[in-house]
Amino acid sequence: MTEELIIAGFGGQGVLSLGKILAYSGIMQNQEVSWMPSYGPEMRGGTANVTVILSDERISSPYLKLFDTAIILNQQSMDKFESSVKPGGVLIYDPNGISIHPKRKDIFIYQIDANNIASDMGNKKVYNMVIMGGYLKAKPVVQLDNVVEGLKKSLPERYYNLIPLNVEAIQKGMENLVTINQELILN
Amino acid sequence: MDIKDIIKPENLVYKNTELMTDNTLSYCPGCGHGTAHNVVMGVIEELGISEDTIGVAPVGCSVLAYEFMDVDMQQAAHGRAPAVATAIARTWPDKYVFTYQGDGDLAAIGTAETIHACNRGENIVIIFVNNGIYGMTGGQMAPTTLPNMPSSTSPYGRDTATTGFPLKITELVANLPGVYSASRHAVHTHKHVRKAKKAIEKAFKDTRLKKGLSIIEIVSNCNSGWKMTPCQSNQWMEENMFPFYELGDIKVNGKLVNK
Amino acid sequence: MAELKLMKGNEALAEAAIRAGVDAYFGYPITPQTEIIEYLMMEQPEKRTGMVVLQAESEVAAINMVYGAAGTGKRVLTSSSSPGMSLKQEGISYMAGAELPAVIVNVVRGGPGLGTIQPSQADYFQSVKGGGHGDYKLYVLAPASVQEMADFVEDAFEIAFKYMAPVLILSDGLIGQMMEKVYLKEQKPRWTEDEIYKMHNNWATFGRKNGRERNIITSLDLKSEKMEARVHRLYKKYAQMEAEDLRFETIQCDDADYVIVAYGSSARIAQKTVDLARAKGIKVGLLRPITLFPFPKKQLMELTKQVKGILSVELNMGQMVEDVRLAVEHKVPVEHFGRTGGIIHTPEEILEALQQKLINN
Repeated sequence: MTEELIIAGFGGQGVLSLGKILAYSGIMQNQEVSWMPSYGPEMRGGTANVTVILSDERISSPYLKLFDTAIILNQQSMDKFESSVKPGGVLIYDPNGISIHPKRKDIFIYQIDANNIASDMGNKKVYNMVIMGGYLKAKPVVQLDNVVEGLKKSLPERYYNLIPLNVEAIQKGMENLVTINQELILN
Repeated sequence: MDIKDIIKPENLVYKNTELMTDNTLSYCPGCGHGTAHNVVMGVIEELGISEDTIGVAPVGCSVLAYEFMDVDMQQAAHGRAPAVATAIARTWPDKYVFTYQGDGDLAAIGTAETIHACNRGENIVIIFVNNGIYGMTGGQMAPTTLPNMPSSTSPYGRDTATTGFPLKITELVANLPGVYSASRHAVHTHKHVRKAKKAIEKAFKDTRLKKGLSIIEIVSNCNSGWKMTPCQSNQWMEENMFPFYELGDIKVNGKLVNK
Repeated sequence: MAELKLMKGNEALAEAAIRAGVDAYFGYPITPQTEIIEYLMMEQPEKRTGMVVLQAESEVAAINMVYGAAGTGKRVLTSSSSPGMSLKQEGISYMAGAELPAVIVNVVRGGPGLGTIQPSQADYFQSVKGGGHGDYKLYVLAPASVQEMADFVEDAFEIAFKYMAPVLILSDGLIGQMMEKVYLKEQKPRWTEDEIYKMHNNWATFGRKNGRERNIITSLDLKSEKMEARVHRLYKKYAQMEAEDLRFETIQCDDADYVIVAYGSSARIAQKTVDLARAKGIKVGLLRPITLFPFPKKQLMELTKQVKGILSVELNMGQMVEDVRLAVEHKVPVEHFGRTGGIIHTPEEILEALQQKLINN
């Protein structure tokens, strides 16, 4: 199994840490992982993206042109990465702030209203875990137990009390994933 | 009278210290560097710390200081001796580390390294020989060259309107909290040698006490660069250098001396 | 027991340095390698092992601090990125001349000038053709993974002390910034002062203990005959490096009709190109130089008996390609492909270039 994923959005949405937790989750199930961020000034208030690869084999290129899955959290990223999903791949996006919705017919498309779900939970910081839930619903590449272990690895111990809240956010994400396009037209 | 009638212990005024090697000095006859070397090595010998002392030589006339000083020595890139000494002192905190630098090395190209080593209060001794000129390369203008003083790159005299004023870097760094002591001396007379030696001795003792950085400036002559005889150059130094580069304490045990 | 962690390349290198028993790190912040000094400051290695970490006032000061501590027999590390490496060159030249062991890390970004902070391999020439003034070379290791960022620290120190010469770890923004699994070795003790006195008594300047003669660290020989002899001594070491410490890796070269030569991040990307090509029925292999000096010249010449062409893939306008051409003496066509300015080539782009420049030509 190899999953090549890009997560793209604004800095501050937890893009990089979502990728990191996924990578840790992969390690927990003995996979090879890579996490390659965009870095530098563009992160400060601008767009941020990270390429995450989980694989049962040695990972070659950590930098990719095409992805199995794209998680897209703002319009700029939609403009940039909609075309980067492999035919038959998956695109998951948060519709908040998206004015031009994806049009491709050769990929699976899902929406996750993570912004509102996180607001309803009373903690905007779990936003990226809601996204994680949606992603795992569409592509169960890692098991929830391993995500919890991954969370433990990437959080300082003083935040362990927040793990149940994060797990709840993942579950909400799983429950609230909306399918937009499931019937593929492949050329 | 035979030469042996002259070289007798009772006639001895100054002797070479054991810590000066037998290599022939590369300095011009009449230059103050030899005496300055002798004073520094004399202090190290008397303190009995030669096995735990590391010196850093600069680029300039004293680039070959390691040929004459019989202690472990490193030769540093131009101006970087304080950085080199910083690392030695940090990784060997119980050793004695000193730099021996000229005015071009310390006050021009190495200004940043000098100021930051002083500002961090590195536990080192800086011996700063100031002769107001670049001697090694043949008498060019230094940051310390006096106003109107001729040099090969200021042949009509240093024009302060275009080249600025001589830099009193010892006073400048004395203002930094990391500098424990700063003083200015000369080595052209016995009286001056004794004072310089006392200051250098105190500096090495303060290293032992981990007091931070001591800088000892020695105003010296450059008879070749100044185009004078040795005697003329010493007289010129007294008449022109000393009024500008006033001898004496600038900072003592962390306190600036009010003048 | 090795410890498994998910780390950035920069962090892994810093942690590996602590664990290898390195005595000191002197550096100055510059993107994309700042995590190295940040990690060290956060870890407080002076408490873990007694390692000294100091943020210098400039790259110039940092490299001269390395010179100073290396001259006393300590194991010293510094790191920077391209513009900072230009500033360090004088000090590196002095260390090569004075025959001082030390490890220098360059996490390369795009240039020239202030350039970009994005990954690049445009410092190849600077790294393997001298960099600073004078007749000298550096032993250059090019890590292609976070694991190698960690492992090469100890390897580099071993080489540095074997040859009494500065060693360069040539990484880039991609390897420095990406996270991967890394197995970290157990903590090794730093050398004690007594060990240093014993091992390095004949050259290091820690004070002339027990009445030995003084040691002098210098790169200066005013007598030309002595200076020539010094340079000859350096070049004897470089010849020995070529004979004993060349490192490279071949991937699917056995039946290859075409070979890509790539190091570091480009080698990782090109490895995927090999897979893409083979899926299309094109037999492509990859030769990855792990050391850039020494360079796998003989291995390349050997491959000319079998392959129809070689593509040198680098994140620059064509630097290593010159060494590849020299190595194969025009026996087969050698082409270059690479993006520059901080743009990273994709595996697909490389395959396209291979087809255009070598196969369809």
